[in-house]
Amino acid sequence: MVPISAYLILAAVLFGIGTVGVLISRNVIVMFMSIELMLNAANMVLIAFSRALSIADGHVIVFLVLTVAAAEAAVGLGLIIMIYRNRATINIDRFSLLKW
Amino acid sequence: MEFQLPEINLQLMAPEIFLFLWALAVMAFDVTTKRKSSSTAGNLALVGLAVTGVIMVFTDQGRGFGNMFFNDSMAVFFKVIFLAAAFMAIGSSFGLTHTRILNHRGEYFGLILLSTVGMMFLASSSELISLYIGLELTTIPLFVLAAFFKDDRKSVEAGIKYLVVGAFSSALLLYGLSFIYGLTGTTDIAQIRSILAHSAVAGFNPAYQESTPIMVMAVLAILGGIGFKLALPPFHQWVPDVYEGAPTPITAFLSVGSKAAGLVAFAKIMIMGLYDLYDPSKAPNDWGILVGVMAAAAMIVGNVLAIRQTNIKRMLAYSSIAHAGYVMVGMLALNSLGLASVGYYMFAYLFTNMGAFAIVALIEDRTGSCEIASYAGLSKTSPFLAISMTIFLLSLTGIPPLAGFFGKFYVFAAAIKMAETGSGLTWIYWLVGVGLVTSVFALYYYANVMRTMYFVETDSPLKVTMSPMAVAVIVIGVVGVVVFGLNPQPIVQFASDMPAALGALLP
Repeated sequence: MVPISAYLILAAVLFGIGTVGVLISRNVIVMFMSIELMLNAANMVLIAFSRALSIADGHVIVFLVLTVAAAEAAVGLGLIIMIYRNRATINIDRFSLLKW
Repeated sequence: MEFQLPEINLQLMAPEIFLFLWALAVMAFDVTTKRKSSSTAGNLALVGLAVTGVIMVFTDQGRGFGNMFFNDSMAVFFKVIFLAAAFMAIGSSFGLTHTRILNHRGEYFGLILLSTVGMMFLASSSELISLYIGLELTTIPLFVLAAFFKDDRKSVEAGIKYLVVGAFSSALLLYGLSFIYGLTGTTDIAQIRSILAHSAVAGFNPAYQESTPIMVMAVLAILGGIGFKLALPPFHQWVPDVYEGAPTPITAFLSVGSKAAGLVAFAKIMIMGLYDLYDPSKAPNDWGILVGVMAAAAMIVGNVLAIRQTNIKRMLAYSSIAHAGYVMVGMLALNSLGLASVGYYMFAYLFTNMGAFAIVALIEDRTGSCEIASYAGLSKTSPFLAISMTIFLLSLTGIPPLAGFFGKFYVFAAAIKMAETGSGLTWIYWLVGVGLVTSVFALYYYANVMRTMYFVETDSPLKVTMSPMAVAVIVIGVVGVVVFGLNPQPIVQFASDMPAALGALLP
């Protein structure tokens, strides 16, 4: 059986990739994909613990998180399309009307 | 195998269910009805909020849905704040429905209501799943609302920045929560606390030998996630941008409603759930000192950077960062006064900030500008607005006898009372000291706005036509600030039920 630490390390790696992706990427869609990766890292942790502890709560949370992520993606992609129509770019560096 | 249906107590959730359905109805009404005046959707939304308030009076306190939902006195207190904030935000949106929001009025008001429903669910959640869902239901409509002026480049940019930051912070929070679940084996906040209290070392779970570093990581992730929502440095950069670009009533709603929601999430997770990891006398080995540093940084950064702002929305954004710092001082004081002082502070902040933003919205509707310079001569043309704005700004500064003064007073008093109880707590005195010194800075930039309104001469003083609804919101704000400042007792009484809700947790 695969030890739980293996799953946790994989999740940490996924989370790390996601975080770095959000911080260094300049493309809003890539940033958004990285955030989804972070959410899935959390899902991985939940499932791994849920299986190790034999408590089903974790599985239930994952379904809810997936639903929330879908809602967030729907709103997010809508906003990205809107800003593309507005500016003809989705490079986050160009959105400097308001100073960061 | 016996399957037991958890006890479902729909009656406890009646206000939320009603407001949710009403929000959908407001949107559907706007789409399906052809002939309507510009304020129909807004009026409907106001009626819905009022009815929800009435339903709340008749709703019992108690647990439902298999302990997922807990309507306690803390939930009720914060729900009143959320409903009032939504009411005043919608009230100050009526000018916009004539000038800039000509289509999709139903969506605008419906989304404000949906966000309020999310905040209410969050306030009465008693475990991590419902808390997370409540937080998401709060923020996702706010992404859309921040970007609601589709043709305004600033508004769209604010929306996209808020989206990225908001989604990032909730992913961070969820990652932390998933470890809390893993280490304790439960999502129920009360159970998390009792499990942590009974394990030999705080954060140590017998099932996993080396769980303490994981716990530290989880706490850091959660603090990061909530730090973004509360705009505590170093997670505050998004605030001025989003507050400047978003429609002004939405900025007001963000600064009060969303901030109060973040505070509730903090109280639920960190104080109710992870209380036993908090031992201020053992600093720096716990999260207390970390939050203390973030609070001090918030007070300094907010107040110092606010000084050089020329845009009033940006200035109020920095001031809201500073106020988040003051509130966290009260939150860290874990005595019976602490949480009550936070409650009172948010109540005072509600009236003050919603009122101030209502005036900003009125003037923006008229002039299209949020520059402080455009307020010149306001005292000549509309003395009512100038006087109300002065009262709000003085309350934000913390001048007695206005509500803002007592907010700060209670927060600092609670912290000092806490610091007196034990050794190793001297850092709390430092925190209070930072708070007092930065309050003086605050006077400078608030006074600058007053000076512009009263003493700066201008050739073309602006004339403001006031809609009755905006006047009502401003009057509610002024009355709240003055009455609860002169007589803070009712609110303090109401707020001091909250620590009792935490049971035997507090000394």
